[in-house]
Amino acid sequence: MSNAPAGDLCLANLTKRFGSFTAVDDLSLTIPQGSFFALLGASGCGKTTTLRMVAGLEEPTAGQVLLGDRDITRLRPYQRPVNTVFQSYALFPHLDIFENVAFGLRRRGVRDVAGQVRQMLSLVQLDGFERRRPAQLSGGQQQRVALARALINRPQVLLLDEPLGALDLKLRRQMQIELKRIQTEVGITFVHVTHDQEEAMTMADTVAVMNAGRIEQLGAPAEIYEFPASAFVANFLGQSNLLSAEVTGKSGEDVLVEAYGARFCVPASRARCMQGSVYLGVRPEKVRLAASSDEVPGGHQWVAGVVTDSSYLGVSTQYLVRTSWGIEMSVFAPNSQAGGPLPVGADVVVHWLPEHAFLLARERGKEESPAPARDRVDTAGVVS
Amino acid sequence: MSVLAHVGGVVGGGSEAPQHPVTPASASRWRRLMPYLLLLPGGLWLTLFFAVPAVQLVATSLYDPNGSLATGYAMTWSWENYPKALQAYVTHFGRSFLYAGLATVLAVLLGYPLAYAIAQKAGRWKNLLLVCVVAPMFTSFLVRTLAWKTILSDNGWVVGLLRELHVLDADGRLLATPVAVVLGLTYNFLPFMVLPLYANLERLDGRLLEAASDLYATPLRAFTKVTLPLSLPGLVAGTLLFFIPAAGDYINARLLGTPNEYMIGNVIDSAFLVRLDYPQGAALSVLLMVAVLAMVFVYLRRAGTEEVL
Repeated sequence: MSNAPAGDLCLANLTKRFGSFTAVDDLSLTIPQGSFFALLGASGCGKTTTLRMVAGLEEPTAGQVLLGDRDITRLRPYQRPVNTVFQSYALFPHLDIFENVAFGLRRRGVRDVAGQVRQMLSLVQLDGFERRRPAQLSGGQQQRVALARALINRPQVLLLDEPLGALDLKLRRQMQIELKRIQTEVGITFVHVTHDQEEAMTMADTVAVMNAGRIEQLGAPAEIYEFPASAFVANFLGQSNLLSAEVTGKSGEDVLVEAYGARFCVPASRARCMQGSVYLGVRPEKVRLAASSDEVPGGHQWVAGVVTDSSYLGVSTQYLVRTSWGIEMSVFAPNSQAGGPLPVGADVVVHWLPEHAFLLARERGKEESPAPARDRVDTAGVVS
Repeated sequence: MSVLAHVGGVVGGGSEAPQHPVTPASASRWRRLMPYLLLLPGGLWLTLFFAVPAVQLVATSLYDPNGSLATGYAMTWSWENYPKALQAYVTHFGRSFLYAGLATVLAVLLGYPLAYAIAQKAGRWKNLLLVCVVAPMFTSFLVRTLAWKTILSDNGWVVGLLRELHVLDADGRLLATPVAVVLGLTYNFLPFMVLPLYANLERLDGRLLEAASDLYATPLRAFTKVTLPLSLPGLVAGTLLFFIPAAGDYINARLLGTPNEYMIGNVIDSAFLVRLDYPQGAALSVLLMVAVLAMVFVYLRRAGTEEVL
């Protein structure tokens, strides 16, 4: 696609400090050519700063940006084979849609501007909008102009800075699918910055979860979701029930832990940490509810509790269950199951399969809940 | 109409607060009357001190040219006052527009970078620099121009330096030349250029320049393709606010020039105050007004399109 020799985008020990604040902290990662990569994180985690350093709009305090074998760290933005779709779109208000899209081509003195612009406008389904002004377009249309304006230059890397943030939910979903389609079609490396975990998971091949200027975890969406590397990731990407626990030993392929006096086990392959203080984590949709401990299927682990809250979400019902230790656990029960919703105050047993749980390292003394552990072994256990 | 509609909307919005103990009928009457009441003071002022004198000026320009202040002027609808005045002083008209035009160009060249620097680069010095731009206005126009007389005088340091550098001949001078008049005009009206440009450039969205840079525009290209076109409204406002008073000015020509540099303002001044030829003075004033209006109209029509680029 591009004239320049292609290659992976590689960030090496990239650091950006603003005064005493470190926005990006010694970040290293490689983004394979042609992949759809998402940088996911809360606002202020350094994801946009990282993107701006790749674009050349921000100069790194230290580290390098490499594109293939080429060091582009010190190149000016207009010298880089990289284009950006800005969060605010930053369309030129004094130019019509045609000239907005043609802007990059004209600056580089490319021939056949008209043909390429028309082709690009039809790729983003904006045929016939050539003579409109940006202000005359809806948010979704402006977003597509911004995309066309960047894509038409066939950059080696396309940077997307929360490009869907200003759109309403339905349009956002539609554009997510659209973006994915276009990326597959043009085969350009997309680096997408977002704080929306669902957006990152829907579109990206690889997601990097950022926190405080560092990458917490990097991997395929399912990989990260099923087996998060840290408590931050476990709660940023979806929700997790995290129980403070201590590792007590090992039994075959299982790690044994004790939480609030109850004993649980987790397969060793699902443990990020094999000793000391840990979090025992399990996703709310992996948790089932039973009326009593007698109904818990074999091989499941369980905790008794009381339903304290229930919210009907359409496809599922979300329950909050207060265990006898005072910890609240979140449970998503699919509404396809027989039987009506459970009333608040109902006695239930929360149970899950050990291979659905995971163990994460926990700083000693850091508890999910300050509630005191009571020695009532009969409220939780392993059904064997 | 749009101003009325806007005012009405604003007032209407405010009076919807439910705690007002007014009946709906009186509230809606107030809502309807409010825009007119708000227009009243300004309208009255403009009528008394602008519309009436303007009509009086046009009337004066048609008085019998043979009258005098002592005998009084008779209204004779003497339209021939216009061609006569124009014929007699066409060079002064030309000179006025030439000097004002040159000064406008100089003011753009000086004022645009200045306004850009204050708006985009000055940071926390912004307000101080703006005060500096306006500071000369705290002194009287006359005093400022007299100061320039000193600065440009034959034994002043400017002329001395220019002679030293052989820019001026050994007996060359600045004072009493067209150069002095144009420089004086440029200096005196510069804030009128800088302030509207500043107001415009201050609003310039830096993200658009980032986008231009991202799309392969060098800083120079980003300026000509983004900054400059977007600042055009400020540039148009600045040039108008500068050119109009400069074209009618007579102080600079009087103090920094000789009768050879006199502009149309000097002629009008002398017609009213020295020669006491009121009909001719009024006719010249009306001509100046019409000429400036026509130029502004043509200019706005051109600047309103992208062809001006």
